[in-house]
Amino acid sequence: MAEKVVLLDFWASMFGMRVRVALAEKGIKYEYREEDLKNKSDLLLQMNPIHKKIPVLIHNGKPICESLIIVQYIDEVWNDKSPLLPSDPYKRAQARFWADFVDKKVVDAWIKLRSTKGEEHEAAKKQFLEILKTLEEELGEKPYFGGETFGFVDVAFVTFYSWFYTFETFGEFSTEAEHPKIIAWAKRCMQKESVAKTLPDQQKVYEYVLGVTKRSLGE
Amino acid sequence: MAEEVLLFGVWGSPFSRRVEMALKLKGIQYKYFEEDLTNKSPTLLKYNPIHKKIPVLVHNGKPIAESQVILEYIDETWKGYPIFPKDPYERANARFWAKFIDEKCLPGIFNACWGEEKQHENAVKEACELLKHLENEIGEKKYFGGEAIGFLDIVANFIGFWLGIFEEASGTKLLTREEFPKLSNWVGVFVSSSGIKENLPPARDKLIAYFRSQFGTGSTDATK
Repeated sequence: MAEKVVLLDFWASMFGMRVRVALAEKGIKYEYREEDLKNKSDLLLQMNPIHKKIPVLIHNGKPICESLIIVQYIDEVWNDKSPLLPSDPYKRAQARFWADFVDKKVVDAWIKLRSTKGEEHEAAKKQFLEILKTLEEELGEKPYFGGETFGFVDVAFVTFYSWFYTFETFGEFSTEAEHPKIIAWAKRCMQKESVAKTLPDQQKVYEYVLGVTKRSLGE
Repeated sequence: MAEEVLLFGVWGSPFSRRVEMALKLKGIQYKYFEEDLTNKSPTLLKYNPIHKKIPVLVHNGKPIAESQVILEYIDETWKGYPIFPKDPYERANARFWAKFIDEKCLPGIFNACWGEEKQHENAVKEACELLKHLENEIGEKKYFGGEAIGFLDIVANFIGFWLGIFEEASGTKLLTREEFPKLSNWVGVFVSSSGIKENLPPARDKLIAYFRSQFGTGSTDATK
């Protein structure tokens, strides 16, 4: 049977981008469908009835939800090229641990950053920078989180790079100044076609977030 | 080199017990270290400096943290009893529901049992909606894993055992047989299954008393 791969996504979602990067790494042809998050399609609601969120990968009619779960699925099914997870079980466990760390920590920290003022905001900024510091330490001298090659944790975190201008503007800090290795790593990843072609322009993301923030404040 | 497997856990924690269930199903010998969460050992802090939490599995000196990550590691490292399904789609499905349990059900159930009194009715409604999804997922299957206990059953140990403890400790009943016949059946089968029943925490009363002392006696009285 001919493979049919459909991705329900939203251009600015760092989670959706993870899937797009993985699909590009593997050279998989797929149909991209942009969702209007204020008016979700029947297909999205049918394919992800529990969370009603993007991204959703639909492979030969069967849905897979949750970005890191989708990336692992892609890695397991299209296992003939560009492995994203290492083959050693201990290294795989470390990769899963750090991807989970990104999921648990970065988004939460961003939400605190954008929704607080004064002392709380300062605390949120400190927390965000701590997280970047921890990731920078984990990266160490390696070219990628995955070691010599681009892998699962790189996919999990690099998509947030398109939101860095947004984080930095709301948080009033510079990642380059505070954690230069993270920027060096992100730029290294951006040299890969799969990443460069997927990540939207940071300014465009910022304008989108600004628009959303203004609308929600105006309600 | 002789294999060395260490587990740092807490007797009453579902996360800790998940790892023990998996190790026992695989027939792996391990040394267990009980942690005092109010006074964490330097060893634990050394092995899990990021989250400083249990469980931590240490295999030949190398630590792995986060219960679901540990379960995947155990299945990939030791052959024998298969914890994960082989098919990638079924694996994705198991991971999806495991995430749902830990990220949605646990906090939802906790909120229904020990949340603010004025939010209680809503919290109960939300928790029951979450449990309904699990009711639909188990369907006619004996276990979430099919004919045998699998990854999702182990992760759902919270629903299988600790939910009942939470209900007794807080006085909020969520998993009724009338509303959740299939999930209730699974609970019964799960707790009496070999490989699981020996690994549930003993001293039920002690566990109930522990949760009451940590979180209070529950948010239910006003709405009974």
